[in-house]
Amino acid sequence: MSKLEEAIRTRLRDREILLMTHLVLGYPSFDVNREVIRQMVENGVDLIEMQIPFSEPMADGPMILKANQESIARGAKVGQCLEFAKEMTAEFHIPFLFMTYYNILYKHGLEEFINRAHDINIQGFIVPDLPPEEGREYLEHLKSRNMAPIQIFAPTSSKERMQELAQNGAGFIYCVARRGVTGQKTDFDQDFNEYIKRCRSATGLPLAVGFGIRSKSDGQG
Amino acid sequence: MKKKGYYGHWGGAFVPEVLFETFKELNVFFEEVKKDSSFWHEYLQLMSSYSCRPTPLTYAENLSKHFAGGHIYIKREDLNHTGAHKANNVMGQGLLVKRMGKKRVIAETGAGQHGVATATMAAKFGFDCTIYMGEEDVQRQRPNVFWMEKMGATVVPVTDGSKTLKDAINEAFRDWVTNMDSTHYVLGTVCGPHPFPEMVAWFQSIIGIEAREQILQAFGKLPDRVYACVGGGSNAMGIFQGFLQDEQVGLVGVEAGGKGLSTGEHAARLAGSDASPGVAQGYKTMFLQDSDGQMLDTHSVAAGLDYIGVSPILSDLWEKGRVRFAAATDSEVMEALDLTMKKEGIIPALESAHGFVQAFKEASDLGRDEALIINMSGRGDKDIFTIANAYGDPSWKEFIIERAEQYKKG
Repeated sequence: MSKLEEAIRTRLRDREILLMTHLVLGYPSFDVNREVIRQMVENGVDLIEMQIPFSEPMADGPMILKANQESIARGAKVGQCLEFAKEMTAEFHIPFLFMTYYNILYKHGLEEFINRAHDINIQGFIVPDLPPEEGREYLEHLKSRNMAPIQIFAPTSSKERMQELAQNGAGFIYCVARRGVTGQKTDFDQDFNEYIKRCRSATGLPLAVGFGIRSKSDGQG
Repeated sequence: MKKKGYYGHWGGAFVPEVLFETFKELNVFFEEVKKDSSFWHEYLQLMSSYSCRPTPLTYAENLSKHFAGGHIYIKREDLNHTGAHKANNVMGQGLLVKRMGKKRVIAETGAGQHGVATATMAAKFGFDCTIYMGEEDVQRQRPNVFWMEKMGATVVPVTDGSKTLKDAINEAFRDWVTNMDSTHYVLGTVCGPHPFPEMVAWFQSIIGIEAREQILQAFGKLPDRVYACVGGGSNAMGIFQGFLQDEQVGLVGVEAGGKGLSTGEHAARLAGSDASPGVAQGYKTMFLQDSDGQMLDTHSVAAGLDYIGVSPILSDLWEKGRVRFAAATDSEVMEALDLTMKKEGIIPALESAHGFVQAFKEASDLGRDEALIINMSGRGDKDIFTIANAYGDPSWKEFIIERAEQYKKG
């Protein structure tokens, strides 16, 4: 079991549902990021997903797209994101994850990037444009360091596909609540319930539901 | 073992999970039609009746004399319906969409030619159609926007990022991840995730198949060199495929040199030294990006070449030394365009004129018993606003001002 899954399971002993939040590093500034994270941790957020900005975030909707572009336009560099993450993981003792696109890792040097993330106690990665078929090396590097390559389920994923993804995943599974990009409205209807049942039957890993959650009460452990 | 969708170590399919099943289905249909000879036959029938295939190979006698070197032939993709090679790919994908039973198509467009071709195909086959186009390109290619809308397509100006082709591609993907059940994304070039590079190259191979036959008939032997402009690389892949097996034929891809390779304001991936390996927009290739992996702004007078990446198939052929790359600057392009109009009465698109530049530079290196082919990917009259502006043509300016005054009066 990965360190991340252990941490999640420990937390789940005390509460039924955990809350993971997301922010784009460098947007609107690292200072604001720092303050937001401090408040989030003080208010009981369980996990934080820090997105390293990329100029072509194809899976993100207009809000996060804009945040990515503004962050880069304001001069945010990958090196600064790593420094900032190091500061956060040292100060706050909850699991931190990196979300980014594959080119950021690839350009930096995959193994070197993962080593740096490991050194600063990042517990997992979410890379939405890296399916397991393209990410063999990435999966091996993360798993050998006991870090979690978080896999994504989508409403379009078949049960077989989910099982295949889960075998490559660790920590938890990120269940995309709806079709489309991030930040659009989600209907928590019958189809949604069936989808979550399908997710649940495909894996024993904890499930996180994201993309389109608008209120805190929509979270699921 | 060769990994599917890879050309050397370039290519792949870096797609979000939500599109996994969509790509699986697309691959199944594509594999099926590749094996079905009646599909290719239907495609050829359509292209000979709805478009003007085979397009002619024109002997440019005056240009040949002017350079006093090899004989210059021009493959006339401008004579396709809608005025560019884009129709080849679009009509092919249209037939595929019919087989898949989808009712809506979306596409990105840079110069607008791919958008116009897709809008045309959608009108003919009765599909709903949305075209994503960078806001900067909407400005550069306003007449194409007019025609797309007239043919019933919705044109969405993309205001994110650099507001050019790459941003239109991102936006088309964002539409697709929401509407994949009803919608096919008609990607316009030999880029993006597998199977698009292979599929678009397959439909465009019709150019090279024809050109090889035509030059053998017209000139009695193979050409010494073949030139094509390279944005994403679809017209180049189209013509090059006809000659890939003929090792004596030199293949030359010409990229956008913009304001010059040393200025940073260009879109030369393989001809310059500014690009490096990366993964974006669903595939691995040489990208114009910074040391952090963020994509750079590109520049070209030709909207269709103004792109950060290049076909993974071409990156592989470049790496293997099979295709040589050069760059043409904006000002060289205007000169070559001028000469071609004056000498031959032919108006190449600004994109295509890049190929002419390099061919003109090298024509006199060839002997009188040798020939070269330039792939004229499209016609230039769509660029009238850009070209007139670049020439600073006074009578055109006067006309525009007068027309604007009339519109203002109402």
